[in-house]
Amino acid sequence: MLVKIEVNNRIIKARKGDTIMSALQTAGIKIPAICSMKDFTPTGACRMCVVEVEGRRGLVPSCSQPVNEWMKIKTHSPRVVKSRKTIVELLLSNHPDDCLYCVRNGNCELQNLAEELNVRERRIMGKKNNYKLDHSSPSIVRDPAKCILCGRCVRVCEERMAVFAIDFLNRGNKTIIGTACNKDLNFSSCINCGQCIMVCPTGALFEKDALMELEDALHNPDKMVIVQYAPSVAVSLAEEFGVKPGREVSGLINAVLRKIGFDKIFDTSCAADAAALEMAAELHERSKRKEKMPLISGSCPAWVKFAEQWFPDLLPVMSTCKSPQQLLGTILKTGYAEKTDIDPARIFSVAIAPCTAKKFEARREEMTRKGLSDIDSVLTTRELAKLIRLYGIDMNQVGSEQADAPWGIPSSAGRLFGAAGGMSEAVIRSLPHIAGAKDPSRIKYQELRGSKGRKEADIKLGRSVYRFVAVSGLSSALTIIEEIREGKSNYDFIEIMACAGGCVNGGGQPIGTGDTAVKARMKALYGVDEKEAIRFSHKNPAVSNLYNEFPGGPGSEKCRVLFHTKYSERKVLL
Amino acid sequence: MDGKTNDILRKYPKGSRDSLIPILQDIQDQDGYLSEQALVEVGRYLDLPSGKIYGLATFYNQFRFGPPGQHHVCLCHGTSCHVTGAGDVRKELEKKLRIKPGETTRDGKFSFELSACMGACHLSPLIRVNGRYHTGVKPGDVKEIMDSYIEGGEE
Repeated sequence: MLVKIEVNNRIIKARKGDTIMSALQTAGIKIPAICSMKDFTPTGACRMCVVEVEGRRGLVPSCSQPVNEWMKIKTHSPRVVKSRKTIVELLLSNHPDDCLYCVRNGNCELQNLAEELNVRERRIMGKKNNYKLDHSSPSIVRDPAKCILCGRCVRVCEERMAVFAIDFLNRGNKTIIGTACNKDLNFSSCINCGQCIMVCPTGALFEKDALMELEDALHNPDKMVIVQYAPSVAVSLAEEFGVKPGREVSGLINAVLRKIGFDKIFDTSCAADAAALEMAAELHERSKRKEKMPLISGSCPAWVKFAEQWFPDLLPVMSTCKSPQQLLGTILKTGYAEKTDIDPARIFSVAIAPCTAKKFEARREEMTRKGLSDIDSVLTTRELAKLIRLYGIDMNQVGSEQADAPWGIPSSAGRLFGAAGGMSEAVIRSLPHIAGAKDPSRIKYQELRGSKGRKEADIKLGRSVYRFVAVSGLSSALTIIEEIREGKSNYDFIEIMACAGGCVNGGGQPIGTGDTAVKARMKALYGVDEKEAIRFSHKNPAVSNLYNEFPGGPGSEKCRVLFHTKYSERKVLL
Repeated sequence: MDGKTNDILRKYPKGSRDSLIPILQDIQDQDGYLSEQALVEVGRYLDLPSGKIYGLATFYNQFRFGPPGQHHVCLCHGTSCHVTGAGDVRKELEKKLRIKPGETTRDGKFSFELSACMGACHLSPLIRVNGRYHTGVKPGDVKEIMDSYIEGGEE
């Protein structure tokens, strides 16, 4: 039902039950806000979004106040603007003010608000925040001095990720955001997903920078620097350079990385193809024996840590297959090194991922061999953009290039791993091949696509039916975990991605983009799938060559040793 | 599981989050502070993440997170004490014990804390050591009072 409200002496229509803020947004009036987040319950804490409502004594937070018929609202009256400006001035009064050195310089909400509200002097002198950086985590750095206590990280950690790693500690002007017992982040239950970074308005949370170590390797003549990039990076990188979301630029990435000086450029999607086959083999084998079912995917490192902490009882049914990034890392430092006659110690293996948890994964002890890490360095999409700017490369002047052989041409099934549900789709496409049947005629599964938290599909293979479900966003995963524990689940394959929407919405993706960007990235991946010639993982030539060397194909003894890993219960303060 | 914490928890219905503060108070009464282990056990019993419990507990002045010293010194921080010179007493205490409020000396002998008004304003400034009150404390008295506890040893 529509109601009429009067805004700034103009009558607009609003849906009944809408908040003032969303009604104004629909009408094209922008209200500044800090603590409010789309799809989250409003808290009305920051008071930035206040408006004047006739008949109300105080200013009203528009994010939490529903509209009433004939409400008279002033959105930018002097009183309102002055109040907002004072809030920003107060936030700035104890802020470090080192914008020039800040990782979020140019992409900071506090900076933008100060600019929009024309703050031009330090009117309020406060005691500067003085906290030490929390460098402990391999993925995320916290700088409490820059925190403005909006609480968005706390809410995303609780409501979206169900991790509860951080909360408000202490009271009044001593309030900080911190972990249980105020420990460093790496001792906490943080799963490194990086969603807190995505919602942080300032530079209080950011990824651990890997550019320094990478530069050293790039300029070290003894090192062979091999890089791989994830499919979801290819559909989001262009946004960092002002392109509308949804453009796939893997060709440009290949060219750029070559210009920067990487010796070999590979595509993680190729390893995703191998991972799809390994998982299909695992699924086939386990369902035949009717043991360790349902098979739960273990490709998402944030989900893996989540399970190791809270659900160690599920670890036995998790797929032991390594994630594509680690799988390719293994191949590069074993078979590839052997074939190209390079000492694995000379290889510096870099992965570009949309994810901060991948930095953690690369440092796991299981991911090392004779003291060498399979992956030496992990960059996020944002760091790749930084690297490109650092090398002064103009993205508009670069032509498309091919990645290097052999791990350069993925199937589109491997690329689908970038969107939630894509892994299931890839496994479904190759399952008949693994079972010794013909390739399926139907390969597109609309029901596994899109941004819903839980997507299901049933696959008939011979006389048996395989039930697939793909969940993304750990709070959606909790429901399914409960079902498994209670024995109510009748799924065969469960794909779990920590971030809502999968890797396209990872914690390493460009900051300040929203749902629409995530959807556009997904669509770009689906678009690639339509156009690609190779649409089955097992038809990827690199993958079939790989398995020709391994007697027994996917799931065989040698594959188990190289491509599979193990999980163990993790003791942290829960 | 620590048996004593368990005994406290069993007095409250499982999963009743509104009992959180009384539970924490009981544990602090018994152990003198809230240990990490205790937070985890309470969390498990009430189905709350320990981070949330820690966040709540740090909000209130009454909870401690480290074991108190053998002699626990509370300095009243109320208005009346403040006006009659509690600030100077505090400085003297910090100098003598070489710790800040909320800390415990390395040898575990003393811990020092500021407290809200103790309700004896006419006797201000006021310190309480192990439940014993010292009234009208002047900065110059601090050394003597503290020394009496060092010499007195166990109490």
